[in-house]
Amino acid sequence: MIMEVKLNLISKEKLERMGTMEKLRLILDEVKAGKIVVLESGLTPEEEAKLIEMTMLEIDHENFVGIEVESYPQKQSGFFGKLFGKKGGRLMVIGPANRLKTLEKREDIIEALIRG
Amino acid sequence: MGLILRIKRSFGAILKLFRKKNKLRIGIYGPPNAGKTTLANRILLDWVGDVMGSVSEIPHETRRARLREGVKIEVDGRTITIDVVDTPGLATKIDFHDFLKYGLSEEEAKRRAKEATEGVIEAIKWLDDLDGVILVMDSTEDPFTQVNITIVGNIEARKLPLIIAANKIDLPNASPARIKSAFPQHTVVPISALKGLNMDTFYRVLAEKFG
Repeated sequence: MIMEVKLNLISKEKLERMGTMEKLRLILDEVKAGKIVVLESGLTPEEEAKLIEMTMLEIDHENFVGIEVESYPQKQSGFFGKLFGKKGGRLMVIGPANRLKTLEKREDIIEALIRG
Repeated sequence: MGLILRIKRSFGAILKLFRKKNKLRIGIYGPPNAGKTTLANRILLDWVGDVMGSVSEIPHETRRARLREGVKIEVDGRTITIDVVDTPGLATKIDFHDFLKYGLSEEEAKRRAKEATEGVIEAIKWLDDLDGVILVMDSTEDPFTQVNITIVGNIEARKLPLIIAANKIDLPNASPARIKSAFPQHTVVPISALKGLNMDTFYRVLAEKFG
C-alpha cells in the first residue's frame, strides 16, 4: 500500500512578502493538516520561538502533539550582516511530530524520516 | 521583527554596557532532562545552602519558572549578585503518551503535558527579561537539536551573554568536546551539576561573563 505525504515548498520570495504572523499561521495550518512544509529561506530565531509558542497553544493532546523542525544552525554573519542585522536564512523543514522524525543532525547534514 | 526591533535591541545592549546593575538576572535554559534544576540546586546549595526545586527522571518536572533573587557568588575576592531563573525545558512537541512509560496514569500524564506546554511558553517569555543565559546541554546527547539551535539563535539575536554548561560529565559516554565543536563561537564549560564537578571553573567563568 502506497502512503502519500504532501509537501508544501515555499519559496524565499513568497516568504519575504509575508509578515511573521502570516507565515507562522500558514505553517501551523499546513502542519496540522498533516503536510510537511519546506521553507527555502527558513525563519529567524525570533520567529522560531514564536512558532514554538503558537505550537504549544495549539497542542490538543489527541490529534496534534507538536511539530518537528529541521534546520541548520545560523551561520556567523559577516561585517555587513552584523551592521545591518541581516542573517542569511537557511532551508527549514517543518512537519507534524508524529510524521517527521530527526534521525541525525550535524552542522551541514540533516537526516530525517517522514512517515506516510 | 524588523529594523525598529533590531535598533531597540542594539541600543539596549549598548545601554547595558553603561548601566551598572546591582543585580543580574540569569536564566537557566535547555531541553527537558538536561539538568537545569540540578544546576540551579547546585548553585543555591553552594552559595545559599538551599535548593530551588525537585528533580525527576520524568521529563518536564519543572513546569513553572522559578526565581531566586540575590544569590551572592564570590570568586577570587570578587562578589557578584545574581537572580537565578530556573526555566521549564523547551520542546517543540509534548506527547502525553511519553509520560505513561514512567508509570503515570493517563489523567496525570495529560495534566503534566498541559502544564508542560504552558511552561514552554513561560520560558520563552522570560527571555525578554534577562541579562544573561546559562544554556544547559546534556553531554551524553547530540548537541545539534532544534531546541538548542533555537535557544542559541534567540540569545544571539538578543545579544545576551551566554555560557553553555556541558552537563553530566560524570557519565561514561559524556562528550563535552562534541558540544564545543557544535557551538565554537560560545563559551562551553564541562560540569556535573549532580556531582559538583568542575564547579569552581564554572563560577569563575560565570563571574567573568556576567560580572
